[in-house]
Amino acid sequence: MDFWTLANAVASGLLIGLVYGLSALGLSVIFGVIRIVNFAHGEIMVMGMFFALLMFRWLGLDPLLSVPLAAALMFGFGYVLQLVVVSRVSHLPEHMQFLLLAAIAIMIVSALLLVFGPDAQGVDVDYAWNSFAVGELIIDYPKMFAAIAAVIVASLLLAFFKYTSTGKAIRACADNRMGAQVVGLNVSRLYALTFGIGAACLGAAGAIILLLFEVHPYLAPGYTLLAFVIVIIGGLGSLFGALVGGILIGVSEAMAALLFQPSMKSAFSFGLLILVLLLRPQGLLGKAVR
Amino acid sequence: MAALLRVEGVSKSFRGLLALNDVSFDVAERGIAALIGPNGAGKTTLFNVIAGVFQPDSGSVQLSGAEITGRRPDEICHAGIGRTFQIVKPFAQMTVLENVTVAALHSAGAVAAARAAARGFLEMLELDTKAAQHAANLTLPDRKRLEVARALATGPRLLLLDEVMAGLRPSETDRMVATLRGLRDETGLTILLIEHVMRAVMALSEHITVLHHGEKISEGAPERIVRDPAVLECYLGDQDR
Amino acid sequence: MSPLGRYFHPLSPAGLWLGAAFLAVLLLLPVWGGSYVMTVATTVFYLALIGQSWNLMLGFAGLLSIGHALFVGIGAYTAAYLFAAVGLPPIVGVLPAIALAVLMGVLIGYLGFRFAIGGVYFALLTIAFAEFVRIIVDHVSWLGATEGFFLKVSSADRHGIDLVNLRGAPEMYYYLIMALALGALVLCRFLLRSRLGYYWQAIRDDAEAAEALGVNVLRYKMYAVIISSGMAGVAGVFYAFYQNSLFPEIVFNIERSIEATLGSIVGGVGTLFGPIFGTFILTPLGEIVTEAIDLLKHWGVIDPQIKLDGLKLLIWSFIVVLIVLFKPKGLWPWVCSRLRLTRPEAEG
Repeated sequence: MDFWTLANAVASGLLIGLVYGLSALGLSVIFGVIRIVNFAHGEIMVMGMFFALLMFRWLGLDPLLSVPLAAALMFGFGYVLQLVVVSRVSHLPEHMQFLLLAAIAIMIVSALLLVFGPDAQGVDVDYAWNSFAVGELIIDYPKMFAAIAAVIVASLLLAFFKYTSTGKAIRACADNRMGAQVVGLNVSRLYALTFGIGAACLGAAGAIILLLFEVHPYLAPGYTLLAFVIVIIGGLGSLFGALVGGILIGVSEAMAALLFQPSMKSAFSFGLLILVLLLRPQGLLGKAVR
Repeated sequence: MAALLRVEGVSKSFRGLLALNDVSFDVAERGIAALIGPNGAGKTTLFNVIAGVFQPDSGSVQLSGAEITGRRPDEICHAGIGRTFQIVKPFAQMTVLENVTVAALHSAGAVAAARAAARGFLEMLELDTKAAQHAANLTLPDRKRLEVARALATGPRLLLLDEVMAGLRPSETDRMVATLRGLRDETGLTILLIEHVMRAVMALSEHITVLHHGEKISEGAPERIVRDPAVLECYLGDQDR
Repeated sequence: MSPLGRYFHPLSPAGLWLGAAFLAVLLLLPVWGGSYVMTVATTVFYLALIGQSWNLMLGFAGLLSIGHALFVGIGAYTAAYLFAAVGLPPIVGVLPAIALAVLMGVLIGYLGFRFAIGGVYFALLTIAFAEFVRIIVDHVSWLGATEGFFLKVSSADRHGIDLVNLRGAPEMYYYLIMALALGALVLCRFLLRSRLGYYWQAIRDDAEAAEALGVNVLRYKMYAVIISSGMAGVAGVFYAFYQNSLFPEIVFNIERSIEATLGSIVGGVGTLFGPIFGTFILTPLGEIVTEAIDLLKHWGVIDPQIKLDGLKLLIWSFIVVLIVLFKPKGLWPWVCSRLRLTRPEAEG
């Protein structure tokens, strides 16, 4: 295998990994603040994909232009889900919350199946097959645009948490829920906002990734598991870790596809997950939080 | 009298913070000893070291001369140490009787025998009328009693009691004191207790060890301890805060 | 009290009569039920068996598995492969099937508990192993890979009773899985009243306290995983010889693992009868919905062209959401107290 084949695989994995990272960010935000493992993660992302698909079909809207709309829609979904459903089970044991979200995940997949059917559907943008070359490194436009969009959304999110007062309030909530209540923060509203923001990440990531892959309802569990792999490698609750974990998984999957068989790439990720869970359950970059 | 429990030079630190510094003391066989000290003195940490929850950084713990340092909690229970938790840990979804049965199974061969034994301990701790209730529904004093009943049901030679009188009314405290003393007299049980209720400490204990900031600052008979200037200072200093 | 009465001590006389009547109806089912009813009832008992296996881990010992399809699948593939490759009859093949399923359980359990992986992290570990094995089997050509693994079955096999080779009429499969599911119930009841059951529940409620009372937590958690994965392995052997075709995408799919949890959640996690009760509600309900839609299509109320594939799962999962929100302890304890099926002092 020559250098350029390898470089191309790495570059492609890196670009897709950024989108994975954005998606994992959505899981990490929700866990970091609400301490709930969102088992409906991939399902919300696939809802974003289908939304962008409809926008493309009905209005001819490029999926990248659908990103803000998908994010807004999923924000609303996440906000309501937390406020109306998830908040009601905060007193139940952790495993019941997990199972509730698993049931919600199945509801979403089944509903999508009813509406859209099981077949894979994609969008056809005019730059789909365009690319540019640096030396023998060939970069596809869709992958590059997707990565840029993911970086923009992720940066906006990080800036929100760093600079806005609401973002700071949410972080305060994550650090110390009681303390946040004592100083008069409306915790249930902030939790709803947080779930909304996490879901918005997923909506955005879904719209972006539609540029690269076709969508069908059964895609969802795979994305959920992928995001688990990423955040556990990067450390549950660590935002930066989610991005780095995304890139790591993107690249390692591309390498696995190159070295073994493309269909083996997710076995590689799960193997990695098992290793990380066993050796460093708080994640490669995470702090010990348990 | 021979020492049943010997703690020798135990030190333990958490993230650089020294919780126990070179603590040594003995508990005499068939004795009732108390461990007192202001909040944060390291009493519960010491219990956890004895019971095997924490490994000491240095030092050793011996039961009847046998080394038990670094053993797992269940092994230490088998060695003959029963303990209660300061923050009570009932098996919430099990009944009171089942809670104690779990402990009694440790020495009983069959479940039926363990249940019968458990009933005896419930009577001893005045919990027999609540045997069929779920532990989650007990009041805090009853949960404290349940802790004691469970620890006793493991059939220990040494019983570690962590603030089991907290929340009891004075008359209830006296009954608990009588129960514990009766147990010692009848079965030869040795008791080490952490307690803030001085009424109980003075009534029960024959020997007191005082911890402050993780160090032993005094030990001896109760009459001596209450007059020790070092002890008075640490408690008064505590009140100033 | 009669020996049987003593055995089902927690049931009140009303509960005992109702249970006996229910059992009689089920025993006589092949007499009046058509092949469709038989298929549904067989599925119910099959899912109830897996549900009980899952409930033993979470409900009894507090260990959340979302990877039960793995144990079922290993049992299924092992017995099927040994039958097809060397002609080992499933009545013998069930032993290596159990052994391999248990071995996988031991591996996951040992790694997880050794490294103190608890709660949702343990669930993720089970998922990761299940998915890992699914993808591996996808690529193992001698197990048929994605093309599937098939057991030969002729129309002559569809009659009579051959329990050694698990070949026979639908009635045989029905009675077999019924016996297995009820056997699991008896086993679970026995375990729950034994030392194991006491220790498991103690570990579930507070592992630290259990340890202080002399319970070797690692060992007893391991026993739960071993028994649970073994039960699931038996269910897998049944599945292989009932379906006669195995596809990794179907057998090891994470949806199978989640399906294994649904009945228990509806019936009541940690209860003895909950998993069976919940499955008896969910599965027939799903079938009624499917039938109702076919009927509506037939009558022209719904366009026959419309595919409603996801509807059954949608309704199931919606019910589970409602249960978690409003009856998190499940329906069985509630029904019990409403109909006075159990004695007041005993737990369902």
